Amino acid sequence: MLEATALSCTRGERCLFSGLGLELRAGQCLHVAGNNGAGKTSLLRILAGLLSPTEGTVRWKGADITRAREEFGADLTFVGHLNGVKDDLSALENLRFAAALRGGDASAAAGLAALERLGLADHADVVVRHLSQGQKRRVALARLCARESAALWILDEPFNALDSGAVATLYGLIERQLAAGGMVLLTAHQSIQLPEGTRRLELTGSSPDENAADPDDATAGVSA
Amino acid sequence: MSGALLAVLRRDLVLALRQRGDVLNVLMFFVVVVTMVPLGVGPEINVLRTIGAGVVWVAALLASIVSLPRLFAQDHADGALEQMLLSGQPATIIVIGKVLSHWLVTGAPITLAAIPIAVMFDLRFEPGCTLIAALALGTPALSLIGAVGAALTLGLRGGGVLVTLLVLPLTVPILIFGAGAVDATAGGLSAAPNLLLLAGLSLGSAALAPWAIATALRISLE
Repeated sequence: MLEATALSCTRGERCLFSGLGLELRAGQCLHVAGNNGAGKTSLLRILAGLLSPTEGTVRWKGADITRAREEFGADLTFVGHLNGVKDDLSALENLRFAAALRGGDASAAAGLAALERLGLADHADVVVRHLSQGQKRRVALARLCARESAALWILDEPFNALDSGAVATLYGLIERQLAAGGMVLLTAHQSIQLPEGTRRLELTGSSPDENAADPDDATAGVSA
Repeated sequence: MSGALLAVLRRDLVLALRQRGDVLNVLMFFVVVVTMVPLGVGPEINVLRTIGAGVVWVAALLASIVSLPRLFAQDHADGALEQMLLSGQPATIIVIGKVLSHWLVTGAPITLAAIPIAVMFDLRFEPGCTLIAALALGTPALSLIGAVGAALTLGLRGGGVLVTLLVLPLTVPILIFGAGAVDATAGGLSAAPNLLLLAGLSLGSAALAPWAIATALRISLE
């Protein structure tokens, strides 16, 4: 279970959110929505442990993620704004490295199977530099199939740059992850049809005073 | 855990092989700096023999500084660094893999390139061997200390100059003991104390630097 309490984040002078709490249990999906600059990416990076919140804590299975980074990392698959794939390696090499680093199945067969799910089997040996933006995104997302055991997916704008076929594939992957008892946390700009039961957290980017006066406001958005 | 270390090491070596130009540039930089000195101070053989070791060490320091941006900047820009830090493997292991591969593509070739350069400066057999041994023992510390500076200045504007200012003063002991070892041999003394101190510096930074680098990387990602 992922649990965040009383999170607040200040970037520069601006308070993006404060007193934000959320809870994500097995099989649940949370859609973080909000305008540009509302703090969606900051929130996701805080929940992934890449950014420390100005205040508040994030707990995974009851343990503070800053104290149990390795256990949390082993359960997490994070796809951020940046794809995290190396331009000078082929799509397959990228996936095999990601698997080897985590001590998973780094065989070529496993990597190919993941690429095939994302429709990139023909491009497995092409150096990523020569792929299009959408294809690079697919290589990043292929990590999701390669690691179906990861309990928590944190996806920052996963639908960006994808064509309709890949959007459908990703949608299917998310549904499978939820059905298998995994958790998904994502942001999406487009009016994507997300699986039923997806909760929505609207970040308003409101001024710090308003938020401080009514700290339950953000939490209320989650349970709605 | 050792699997993660090998994975990072292999990946960085494959990447270095695919970006051969970057690696060769550092080596060429080292060779060019060293060959400029005789052109500047004149071909007087006794002078060259005296300054040879010092020149090689200064060039090695500069070359290792020039190579530092390679270490983390690309991985930071394309998101590979955050993926590695979120992989559930200890950050120190990943850092050790990256620094080791950095040394293999900078420190090790520089050490080998110093062999013909020792001949060029007319170092005799024994001082020449001492110079190579000193480089082999001292360049790991250069990579480790440099990596701390590279991690601290990651993503900063003007980070290149800043990393030079941060790292060069810290490498002064390596320079002193490295050049001192060769001078001792040339003067008929034992180079052992200097070489042991160099090895100690490398081991000491191998013990402490990975934690500093891992922490600095986490801060830089924020």
